[in-house]
Amino acid sequence: MHQVLQQHRIGIVGYVPDAGHKRLIELCQADARMRSVVLSTEEEGIGLAAGAWLGGQRSALLMQSSGVGNIINALGMVRECRFPLLILVTMRGENGEFNPWQVPMGQATPEVLRAMGVAVHHVSSASDAAGQVDASLRIAHGSYRAAAVLIAQRLIGIKSFQEQANQ
Amino acid sequence: MSLHRRDVVQTLLTDRGALLVVAGLGSTAWDCTAAGDHDLTFPLWGAMGCAAVMGLGLALAQPQRRVLVITGDGEMLMGLGSLATIGVQKPNNLSVVVIDNERYGETGMQETHTAHGVDLAAIARASGFVSGVQVRDAAGVAALRTAIHASAGPHFAQVKVAVEKIPLVLPPREGTLLKNRFRAALLGPAAALE
Repeated sequence: MHQVLQQHRIGIVGYVPDAGHKRLIELCQADARMRSVVLSTEEEGIGLAAGAWLGGQRSALLMQSSGVGNIINALGMVRECRFPLLILVTMRGENGEFNPWQVPMGQATPEVLRAMGVAVHHVSSASDAAGQVDASLRIAHGSYRAAAVLIAQRLIGIKSFQEQANQ
Repeated sequence: MSLHRRDVVQTLLTDRGALLVVAGLGSTAWDCTAAGDHDLTFPLWGAMGCAAVMGLGLALAQPQRRVLVITGDGEMLMGLGSLATIGVQKPNNLSVVVIDNERYGETGMQETHTAHGVDLAAIARASGFVSGVQVRDAAGVAALRTAIHASAGPHFAQVKVAVEKIPLVLPPREGTLLKNRFRAALLGPAAALE
């Protein structure tokens, strides 16, 4: 996925840390051609990416499905102004989720994104990942809109606080 | 004698040179338009809370240009976390100016948090801005103008202004128009084809 971001000349990567994005965040941080920006809330990423595009740079945002709930109103700007934008979402609240508080937003994530005009792609196996990110970037920059890649929780693994507590 | 918001913004934007401007939604967008609608001013009509961090994205993408965010106290309060995010990145070409009338001007002049003592400049300093000042007089505005145009930031200023109802001066509304004219003026006409 990092190589696909490189190929598409992504210059700025905004993220709210997430265990599922850990490796990708580290690769982006180590990449001298990418500026990694840690955000205090996902909504900031929309403003960051819009400003970057005004200045001629392409962006990607990394967040968890809970973060999608924090960007809804700001996505109105992306739609109205037709800013191209890639959003990579690691899913929670599906596939055996342990934390019930993650389930409502996780289950609503695809509908919420579509309601705000975001093109939604799904990744359910590791072999799909690079291709779907590439397809999403083509949609985003080819049609001037936001495109999201939802990375299934099945692929990332199920967080279990009970297992962690027992370690 | 208290400062008037239109005078402050006019002073900051006169002879603006190569400055890139993001204007927060509501009164500060009208203030910037009253100072002269400009292709390199991006006025927000929504996305409340995003103005400062939009300036960050622009400043990172255009490190050779100076970037100024002019926004209101209510808009800034909705995106306080972005001050911390800017403080981490420390772009030396970014300034954030809050025109602080201690009111939500578009919704009936209700008091904001700053009317009750919340010190945005102190928050900016604590977040890692190089400077974070409260400005209350013309000398302070002149010093701020110099900082915005000539010294290494990120700078933050909270300019206390009078509570006043003044005529709306509206910029264009359509988002794609605002985006495309900004990019064409900054990046050249081919930017629209990218």
